[in-house]
Amino acid sequence: MAKYHVSTSINDEAVEFLCEPQQTLLDVLRDELQLFGSKEGCSSGDCGACSVMLDGRLVCACLVLGVEAEGRAVETIEGMAKGDQLHPLQQSFLEEAALQCGVCTPGILIAAKALLERNPNPTETEVRYWLAGNLCRCTGYDKIVRSVLAVAEEMRGG
Amino acid sequence: MDAMQYEAPGSVDEAVALLAAADGAAWVLAGGTDLLVQLRADLIEPGLVVDIKGISELRAITPENGGFRIGAAVTGAELGEHEGVKAVWPGVVEAMELIGSVQIQGRATLGGNLCNASPAADSVPALIAAEALCSVVGPKGRREVAVAEVATGPGETSLGPGEIVVDILLPERPARAADAYLRFIPRTEMDIAVVGVAVSLVLDERGVCAQARVALGAVAPRALLVPEAAAALIGGTVDDDALERLAAAARAACRPIDDMRGTVAYRTKVAGVLARRAAGIALARARSE
Ligand SMILES: Cc1cc2nc3c(=O)[nH]c(=O)nc-3n(C[C@H](O)[C@H](O)[C@H](O)COP(=O)(O)OP(=O)(O)OC[C@H]3O[C@@H](n4cnc5c(N)ncnc54)[C@H](O)[C@@H]3O)c2cc1C
Ligand code: FES
Ligand code: FES
Repeated sequence: MAKYHVSTSINDEAVEFLCEPQQTLLDVLRDELQLFGSKEGCSSGDCGACSVMLDGRLVCACLVLGVEAEGRAVETIEGMAKGDQLHPLQQSFLEEAALQCGVCTPGILIAAKALLERNPNPTETEVRYWLAGNLCRCTGYDKIVRSVLAVAEEMRGG
Repeated sequence: MDAMQYEAPGSVDEAVALLAAADGAAWVLAGGTDLLVQLRADLIEPGLVVDIKGISELRAITPENGGFRIGAAVTGAELGEHEGVKAVWPGVVEAMELIGSVQIQGRATLGGNLCNASPAADSVPALIAAEALCSVVGPKGRREVAVAEVATGPGETSLGPGEIVVDILLPERPARAADAYLRFIPRTEMDIAVVGVAVSLVLDERGVCAQARVALGAVAPRALLVPEAAAALIGGTVDDDALERLAAAARAACRPIDDMRGTVAYRTKVAGVLARRAAGIALARARSE
């Protein structure tokens, strides 16, 4: 089968890959680029475990074709920590025990980061609506929401 | 699956030529939030996917004679951030914004919602109530079609081979005009409408309803314009009596199915309730204009 050559940017690094046209961006990240942080929960846009940023927009990588990454900028969970320095959200999720099995966590962290970049001072309701596309079968969400609110306050210098 | 081909043309003409040459085995890709789900589930096996997001004119929202021309590749998120459209057509924007999660909003388009032709598509009743027009371009040139004429039944459209929707025109609004869309779903987020109702109305200086359009979703094989429901509003001040006649007309227009989301009786009843509420919201918006 003819493969497509794609030049893109992943976590601010130029990346080239070959993929088949029906492979999703999630397939490419995991199977071609060995970036296993983005998870596959449903492959139908419902669970958000595959959430990544594409040209600054939060999207489900399972609903993007790999070939669509051509010339665009992708951000994944692998780019969130800077070296050993965890992002404040990652740190807070650890401290508040906002994860159990961890399958939803990369997607939720990416989504929460996107929220705080847009809205540094969200209400609890806004956090819950923003994260409605990220399912978690373990935590019951409360600790996740609390972590996001705590980081928002911390990042505002509160 | 046989080899699928992917193309991302830079112009409408190129896209149409690619689609026309593919002889029915090609699919337009806008946000992919329906198409990729169908592809993954093996519901469709495209020989060719034509991504229209690289066509710059389809990415724009352009003011036109007091209305707005919305490119077919504009996402829900982009529409929701457009204060101009929101001010003039709040019901259309709120209908589009109900679709899916933030992640889905980053990709989903009005054109995709329309062309996917689900009877429960949220933006479609609002577009019908708004009397929106689609520009369709195909091998035979360009034509304008009322939004209500695009979907013909579940998953079926009136688009011919090689035809694509390039934009949707929301017309100009007079003073004291507003619209609203409400849907009922069993959850608070992320579900498919059991019933959707859009109401668009215009008041005169005395607060009398001069024009109205009412459209229902998810209660028939495609979204319905219900002139009898609009007639209940026109000529009066949208008082309680008019709202009751509106609800009755909405219920009478329903031809729903029984499924896991709701029975015929339930959908019919909810259609009346939502019609009243949507009219109330549109009225309050029009009065505060
Ligand atoms: C998790 C999830 C939740 C959802 N929730 C909702 C919801 O609440 N309400 C709702 O109404 N929908 C919902 N949807 C369905 C979907 O997101 C919408 O229908 C969306 O608007 C489709 O737009 P798109 O750009 O992604 O379309 P695509 O998937 O790109 O296309 C859909 C169809 O239309 C055709 N098409 C697209 N653009 C054009 C064009 N310009 N010209 C001709 N043909 C075209 C495609 O070939 C395809 O057949 C949901 C989907 C998911 C995955
Ligand atoms: S795997 Fe993409 S949304 Fe579930
Ligand atoms: S921690 Fe297990 S799914 Fe969220």
